[in-house]
Amino acid sequence: MKKKPTSEATEISSHPATGTRLRLLVGKVGLDGHDRGAKIIARALRDAGFEVIYTGLHQTPEMVVATALQEDVDAVSLSILSGAHNTLFPRVIELLKKAGVPVPVFGGGIIPEEDIAHLRKAGVRAVFTPGTSTQEVIEWVKTHIRPRSSEIASRPARRSGPPASGRRPTSGRRKTARR
Amino acid sequence: MKQDRTGTSVLTRRRARREWEDEVLNPALKKTPERMGEFTTLSGIPVERLATQENLEGWSPDEKLSLPGEYPFTRGPHPTMYRGRLWTMRQFSGFGTARDTNRRYRYLLDHGQTGLSVAFDMPTLMGLDSDDPRSEGEVGREGVAIDTLADMETLFHEIPLSSVSTSMTINAPAAVLLAMYLAVARKQGVPWPEVRGTIQNDILKEYIAQKEWIYPPRPSLRIIVDMIAFCTQQVPLWNTVSISGYHIREAGSTAAQELAFTLADGIGYVQACVEAGQDVDAFAPRLSFFFNAHSDFFEEIAKFRAARRIWAKVMRDRFHAKDPRSWMLRTHAQTAGCSLTAQQPHNNIVRVALQALSAVLGGTQSLHTNSMDETLGLPTEQSVTIALRTQQILAEESGVASTIDPLGGSYFVESLTDTLEKEALSLIDAIDRMGGIVASIEQGFPQREIAEASFRYQQQLEREEKIMVGVNRYREGGEARIEVLKIPASVEPTQIRQLKQVRKQRDSAAHRRALDELLRCATEGDNLMPAMVRAVEAYASVGEICTTLKAPFGEYREEKTYF
Repeated sequence: MKKKPTSEATEISSHPATGTRLRLLVGKVGLDGHDRGAKIIARALRDAGFEVIYTGLHQTPEMVVATALQEDVDAVSLSILSGAHNTLFPRVIELLKKAGVPVPVFGGGIIPEEDIAHLRKAGVRAVFTPGTSTQEVIEWVKTHIRPRSSEIASRPARRSGPPASGRRPTSGRRKTARR
Repeated sequence: MKQDRTGTSVLTRRRARREWEDEVLNPALKKTPERMGEFTTLSGIPVERLATQENLEGWSPDEKLSLPGEYPFTRGPHPTMYRGRLWTMRQFSGFGTARDTNRRYRYLLDHGQTGLSVAFDMPTLMGLDSDDPRSEGEVGREGVAIDTLADMETLFHEIPLSSVSTSMTINAPAAVLLAMYLAVARKQGVPWPEVRGTIQNDILKEYIAQKEWIYPPRPSLRIIVDMIAFCTQQVPLWNTVSISGYHIREAGSTAAQELAFTLADGIGYVQACVEAGQDVDAFAPRLSFFFNAHSDFFEEIAKFRAARRIWAKVMRDRFHAKDPRSWMLRTHAQTAGCSLTAQQPHNNIVRVALQALSAVLGGTQSLHTNSMDETLGLPTEQSVTIALRTQQILAEESGVASTIDPLGGSYFVESLTDTLEKEALSLIDAIDRMGGIVASIEQGFPQREIAEASFRYQQQLEREEKIMVGVNRYREGGEARIEVLKIPASVEPTQIRQLKQVRKQRDSAAHRRALDELLRCATEGDNLMPAMVRAVEAYASVGEICTTLKAPFGEYREEKTYF
């Protein structure tokens, strides 16, 4: 599978006013290992020209928020298939607020219809359920997520795109590590 | 000139085919072009318009098929197959507390079921106690919560372990749960040589697909090697590893990848045990398999048949096993959870029926049929019943169980079986060249291959090259409302209270001693199982035992990735 040429992709995903590329965190909270959807979404968003960081599996809300701050992202998307969405979504939102960076949170997974209203009320900006196309998610992000404007001026210039490998250097870290 | 048994020469046949193409087919194609430029299986294997004798040129039924119960077992592992005994209908269940699940088990046993299949909750699967902060919100939600032997005693309360066989779906902490099961048997006075069951215990596919791990691959493999050696000597009827392709397929692999990575995992376990000095024929007959039954009907049938053929050859020629039971691939199958749709959920009943039929025509030994509501939550009793009835209809109404391997000899199915075998063997070969399955996992090879395949399939769906009814074609507005099972919020606090109670009541000196002894065995290389049994008998919890072993074994974690 070839990814789309970066130049074209960069163009479509840059914010018209600022030219800044959106930076998104795809987070996999909870104990389950269902990362098929998270990885597909991460890759589709990357191919659409966004900068995407995927947290890896088995994250706690605290770990997700720490990564969101460290990576200075514009939005956090969570993938939850464990049934613990009613606990985990609000926790991430609350922790982001507490940290003073209330970036938008959206997400998807196996989430029953009747829980969606509750999650929306808790501040989840959009909830995507099984069968959603990656294109729908990309469109939604383009329409609803903006660079964190208040900080744009002060924020150091962002990388114009990922390096040729599509992966940013990870300071010698391997994808998995032994302790 | 080459002639077949009917006396028709190959050349004559080819000429007839060409004439048919020129005079009959091409005019028809001109009038009504085919629906698609290219037909492929769900996994992307090209499918020809018509399979004929030509597909099987040079193909020998004696070599490729043989007879049921005989090497290479393409037609089935047993000589009588379903004419003798139907496949086992084994439905997987577990939810809430051990007490809730015990009640469901006793109900099932009272209604004629003879085997149990335990689903554990996420914290148990990850080796965490119910009061661990990471367990919050997940206790008892997707399976039963087990913290200590006290929960296991409750789970099997009034269920004599001498008369049931139990399947336990657990991997990273499998040794702890097996130790608990054996401890319950001992308390019930059931001798271990009479204890029957299966534990999934397939850690390698966790790194590849399901991702519920604790330790890195190499120490994890050592635990499994210890368990296999221990069971060979003390629990000889126990099926020690259920080598699972199911999750590999659910993670988005193709059929050939499912075959290859699963069999490569199997090779990894056999290799590790042989290297540890175990006699292959002493343990190999107790290895079993678990495959997915997905939506492409013929591809799945071919997959099951190819699996048996590859495994037989691997065991006989590569590991020099002498006992035919070591060559024989016995498998469980489950219909594909990932093929079910939340949209128009009743359609799932039909999908499951077709998938189940493919597993049966593929010759499975046992089968779990998914319930139509499983994309939405835990299944209700009604939907579980429909899923079970589906199997009973196949077994007793459809007639498919009356003859062995009814598709054997089909030009199409045989050539597809050969294609899958060839693709799988070439992937297994690639893994061997990397230094085996553990090395290939450490290099991320199977993980990458699967991510590629699942992304490719998603794109095919979005371009409508592959169809899911109700999702990308024949959509209906509005969500279908169907009932799903709700787990009460009280489960978590109840479970935590019970765990705290056990911690308070146990003999803390004995508990400490047992964990120290376990640590010593881990460090000095003694078989872990006897110490594991003593630790659970001292009421050490799943979390305490797994944490103890993190010191010598380390922890496996996935780090963040920049896409």
